Amino acid sequence: MSRSIPLEKALSDVLVAYGQNGEALRPEQGYPLRLIVPGWEGNINIKWLGRLKVADRPSMTREEAAIYTDLMPDGTARRFTFVMEAKSVITRPAGGQTLSGPGFYEITGLAWSGRGRISRVEVSTDGGKIWNDAQLNEPVLSKALTRFSLPWRWEGEETSLQSRCTDETGYVQPSREELIAIRGRRQGPDGFDHYNGIKVWYVHHNGQVSHV
Amino acid sequence: MSNMILCIVIIVAAATVPIGTATRYNLGHPATAGDIKACDISVAPDGAGLPEGSGTALQGRAVYEAQCAICHGARGEGGADYPALAGGRGTLNTDKAVLTVGSYWPYATTVWDYIHRAMPYRNPGSLTPNEVYSVTAYVLFMNGIVGLRDQVTAKSLPTIKMPNRDGFVPDPRPDVK
Repeated sequence: MSRSIPLEKALSDVLVAYGQNGEALRPEQGYPLRLIVPGWEGNINIKWLGRLKVADRPSMTREEAAIYTDLMPDGTARRFTFVMEAKSVITRPAGGQTLSGPGFYEITGLAWSGRGRISRVEVSTDGGKIWNDAQLNEPVLSKALTRFSLPWRWEGEETSLQSRCTDETGYVQPSREELIAIRGRRQGPDGFDHYNGIKVWYVHHNGQVSHV
Repeated sequence: MSNMILCIVIIVAAATVPIGTATRYNLGHPATAGDIKACDISVAPDGAGLPEGSGTALQGRAVYEAQCAICHGARGEGGADYPALAGGRGTLNTDKAVLTVGSYWPYATTVWDYIHRAMPYRNPGSLTPNEVYSVTAYVLFMNGIVGLRDQVTAKSLPTIKMPNRDGFVPDPRPDVK
């Protein structure tokens, strides 16, 4: 597999990584060498790096000319859609978990953006009617996950939980409906390569939390 | 038991020799010109990187039937877990878009590059350059892009105009306000 990275990006913050936290990369992380391309789509963070080649134009390999492109409803396709836009997800309570009963819970999750720091995360516990500002846990850095949290009292009602982040450019994480309205919903592997919609978890009467 | 002892030795060694010290393990060798040539396989849309060679769809049919049809189907229609290679023209703006070499891929050089580096799935790198030209020609033939007896060469491949060449646009995001 081969990907073309604009030289400006390659020279600004791309790492050729051999280790993490004082140990060598593990095989599944791309041992012995891999690229880290901060904020850009996962596939371009090449694992098991074999070679680097400087060229004066993109190679138009399958992974950039045919797949990892985004087909739009009008039949045109976007290419070189590198940046991962702002995204957040509640990691607790989340799908597969069960609340033990009405009472106090701390909602917590992660937010990130390919365009810089996270500036705000809002959480709704009533299906999207009221949004409350969550606390951002320091340090809040670009090219890093930001942990957020919000205290919540569950009275036992059926409800849904969702988080919405904003990054330092002012970009607000869109809803699934807003994304689909513009980009459509295509069949096949390419429909949602760069999907960053708001993630909704449904809380059932019995405390079970599930995907919506 | 001997495995257990070996594991402990490795863990101790890893704990006491930080990454980046001057310890040498005498593994590997500096890349030679031959090593670099062997992995310098990228083919660009203008044909840079293509080796000499040629092939026709007629020649490629035999290669395709022996090496490719088991996954991609006798007529390139694809299988349960493997993509279709042919068809799908006119479907890109519908709810049932079928993305194939013929309907979607913008450059014929990409087809050559991908077959050469990654196919056949169970034995990538096993095709000769002429076989890659031939089977590329056959995939293009199945899509009505070249004729059965057209010679596809290092010179002609970059000049083949793919149906969806102009179907791609730059990234317009942020697109959701």
